[in-house]
Amino acid sequence: MNTWLLSILILSPLLGVLVLIFTPSQDEKSIKWIGILGTLFPLGTALVTLSAFNTSSKGLQLAEKFQWVSYEVFQSNGDVSYPIFYEVGVNGLSMILILLTTVVSVLAAIASFSIKKDWKSYFILFFLLEMGMIGVFAAQNLFLFFIFFEITLIPMFFLIGRWGYLEREKAAYSFLIYNGVGSAILLIAFVAMFMKTGTMNFEQLAYTFSLPQSELSDMNITKNFKMGMLIALLVAFAVKLPVAPLHSWMVRVHVQAPPPIVMLHSGILLKIGAYGLIVFGAGLFPDQFKSLAFIIGLFGVVNLLYGAFLALTQRDLKRVLAYSSVSHMGIVLIGLAALNEAGMTGAVFQVVSHGLISALLFFLVGVLYEREGSSQLKDFGGVAKRMPIFAGVMLAGGLASLGLPGMSGFISEFMAFLGLFETMPVLAAVGTLGLILTAVYVLRAVLAITFGTEKELSNAYDLSSTERIPAFILLAAILFIGIYPAWLSDMLRPTLDSILLGLGG
Amino acid sequence: MDLDTLLSFHWSVMLPEFIILGVATLLSVIDLFMKKESSRKPLAWLAGAGVLAALISIFMQLDIEVTSILYDTYRLDSFSKAFKILLLLGTLLVIVLSSNYKKEDLEENRGEFYYLLLAALLGAMMMASSADLITLFVGLELLSLSSYVMAGLERRNKRSNESAFKYIVSGGIATAITLFGMSYIFGLTGETNLFKIAENMGNLELLEHSFLIVFAFIITFAGLTFKIAAAPLHMWAPDVYEGAPVPVTAFLSVVSKTAGFVILLRVIIICFIAAPGIDKEPILLQVQPYVMVLAAATMIIGNVTALRQRNIKRMFAYSSIAQAGYILVPFVSNSSLVFELIWFYLLAYLFMNIGAFTVIQLLSSQEGSTDIGIFRGLFRRSPWLAVPMTFFVLSLAGIPITAGFIGKFGIFMGALGLDPAHYWLAAVMMATTLVSYVYYFNIIAIMFFRDSEGSKVSIPGGMAAVLAFCTASILILGVMPDLALDFFYGNFDVNEFFMQIETEVHTHDH
Repeated sequence: MNTWLLSILILSPLLGVLVLIFTPSQDEKSIKWIGILGTLFPLGTALVTLSAFNTSSKGLQLAEKFQWVSYEVFQSNGDVSYPIFYEVGVNGLSMILILLTTVVSVLAAIASFSIKKDWKSYFILFFLLEMGMIGVFAAQNLFLFFIFFEITLIPMFFLIGRWGYLEREKAAYSFLIYNGVGSAILLIAFVAMFMKTGTMNFEQLAYTFSLPQSELSDMNITKNFKMGMLIALLVAFAVKLPVAPLHSWMVRVHVQAPPPIVMLHSGILLKIGAYGLIVFGAGLFPDQFKSLAFIIGLFGVVNLLYGAFLALTQRDLKRVLAYSSVSHMGIVLIGLAALNEAGMTGAVFQVVSHGLISALLFFLVGVLYEREGSSQLKDFGGVAKRMPIFAGVMLAGGLASLGLPGMSGFISEFMAFLGLFETMPVLAAVGTLGLILTAVYVLRAVLAITFGTEKELSNAYDLSSTERIPAFILLAAILFIGIYPAWLSDMLRPTLDSILLGLGG
Repeated sequence: MDLDTLLSFHWSVMLPEFIILGVATLLSVIDLFMKKESSRKPLAWLAGAGVLAALISIFMQLDIEVTSILYDTYRLDSFSKAFKILLLLGTLLVIVLSSNYKKEDLEENRGEFYYLLLAALLGAMMMASSADLITLFVGLELLSLSSYVMAGLERRNKRSNESAFKYIVSGGIATAITLFGMSYIFGLTGETNLFKIAENMGNLELLEHSFLIVFAFIITFAGLTFKIAAAPLHMWAPDVYEGAPVPVTAFLSVVSKTAGFVILLRVIIICFIAAPGIDKEPILLQVQPYVMVLAAATMIIGNVTALRQRNIKRMFAYSSIAQAGYILVPFVSNSSLVFELIWFYLLAYLFMNIGAFTVIQLLSSQEGSTDIGIFRGLFRRSPWLAVPMTFFVLSLAGIPITAGFIGKFGIFMGALGLDPAHYWLAAVMMATTLVSYVYYFNIIAIMFFRDSEGSKVSIPGGMAAVLAFCTASILILGVMPDLALDFFYGNFDVNEFFMQIETEVHTHDH
């Protein structure tokens, strides 16, 4: 069973697709239930995988490998073959992210009850997207990673362009083109590394690149080549993360895409960028990464402040949250740039924590939009009176976002800054300004909606029972990580250790 | 040449060509004696059966070793077998496509169309198998002349007339250029046999004329790129593609283009592999920048111009130009990879383009237009047409799990596996691919995101089969490319391609 567990997990969303194909497209109710049940199956499989996962073991677990594609080059001194393997496996970091993916997917599927048309194709695309996201985190070689990376792109394009708001097509295109640029750079870097080293496996690549320079010279790998590759990877993942100034597409997507898809996008898809930075950036080229650490930290601080400033000036709640995502991704960069255990832990915690918090907040925006057809801050006020549970959850989500102790957001910010103060105190000091700004814009937005002057609301009823499920589960997870972070850090420790070992920290 | 000599040849190696020739003759005779009013539809079946039989005979020939007959002008090696499979498969699909073509105008000339198609195919097959400039040229002309006529088959359609006229004029010029280049090759080496040319190219006396060799290369190469519609000889493609009947357009963009790459590989690689360029450097290395600029220009012109097209056939013409640019990239990869990369990409291209043209034909014949607007709301109207079209377009754009991605990935390997790696060429390819996203995804957006009140499109059985076959092939090759690659490695021997030269070149060195 364990030998195929991961492949089953990756392919598990396809079961829903299969069932849906044979469901008549008019049967709204069945399709929506299949949609939810279809995400429960991957979640169940992910939980089984988690139970089979040994948290104390360092290496890759549940690995699978077989030869997939082979290119042969005939040469006068014998044939050279370039084999590409199908290889998957998980370590602590990817296990956590897969778990996060399956959980958020279930909740987004529940939130999808608000979708108004073409439910069948909607859920088919939804499942394909989920498959891509799980695959990205399970892939153990560049080729496979890239394939799943691109698989997430296509369903997203459709989901934004067909089910989004007024300017959906424009948002879909800017998503496609920006991410296309990212994956184009990624592909060139991947193929270049493959042709130099003959392997695409993460571990083998990391080993090869860690060889002394004299041996590398025989393979024609220069220091400049390594630096070039790292910069290419940084740029590619910076688009995905997104790092200012490459963030405009992400704001557009967050404003135009349907709320459940934004939950997935900001909860999971943005994390692929962070995951890539950690695994490929710091993991493959630790020395070069070190020499760029200051620039990465600088971008982190810029992101943090820039996102926070812009969030402060927005009038639309969706835009506030979109810029807050930009700002929060800065913390990931800051943590990475610190190059020490605290920073790295903070970055990874932020990846998980922001996944939960932003999923929660975008879910709540979706609820508001469904009730009133607007997400403008000026249209809301005093919601707490008529929607007390909603207001409570929103306030809690906002507090988590600004990093209140006892919530998951606090741990990540604290650790990331702790790390950065150790290595780049000036930068860190500037960065802390962002935390104050965060508190201001979050409270401004959230308090205005929940407790501000009461506005005329036509359709404000509190969270329904189906809506409470995602809200409470996400909130519980945020609190759980905030109160008991050791659970997460135990899972991540072996992975972090091995990356830190490479960084020599 | 007396009868004994004639009979001594292994004529059996030409079995596929004989089948096609026989069927084409048979078709023309039947067409002649058929009543004018009676339907020519059965002829499609006969033509299809003929091509299928030829395809099967190639598979039976796979074990035969290199054989050359007719004084080394015709050569059956694994190269010709591998590429003939593509030519025959493409033509077979085009025949299915054309059997459902509804335009009244073509109906009158249906018989003509089938034997012209087979004649063109015969020319292409001869090109794949020939080892002599003369037979290569005859094959090329057979393909070209038949294509000119086919492009003008819709006699009462002004566009079609214009298309045939433009095609024949520009084609004639390209032919002249090719011949001019070939005359230099002949003049320098005194031979028309490709392998003897290769042998003589290594001749030390030629070193003094290296400028002439470079000149010969560039002229020949430029002339031959006409067929694949590479820049700067690409201008004919949009007009011809737009005006010609859809099956003919499909034939030109797939089979004729494949034949173009076949002749490029044969002539350029064999003739010039040992030839010295200026300063004694091997010419194939020296002209690499030229080929690269050509490939880059083709990619840029094709993709950027495609952006502005509103006519779907024109858009596919430019897309086809762009794809030719991608396939030119492996020419600089300097290794045996060039064969497998080009072969695989052409195989993938065959499925995605014929599939796309099937959809275009169905839609344009129903709507009576070739404006891109005919795709409006297709997903609502006919999901069984919109979903395959989506896969074809995704494959053309090179998105993973389609054959097009594997093809592009391979081309990248070829471009970046060199030392020094051609980063800028890879970057141009990637950037133009991004540009292509805009117009490819525009088709998808029109199909899925826009609504229309148009009616459902009915899909005849044969077309449905083509669509299903092409979609399945694209996905299967996208997930398990080894199916095709293993077949290629198992049956293709690169040494065979060079066999005669390698020994020659060696004796010359010592």
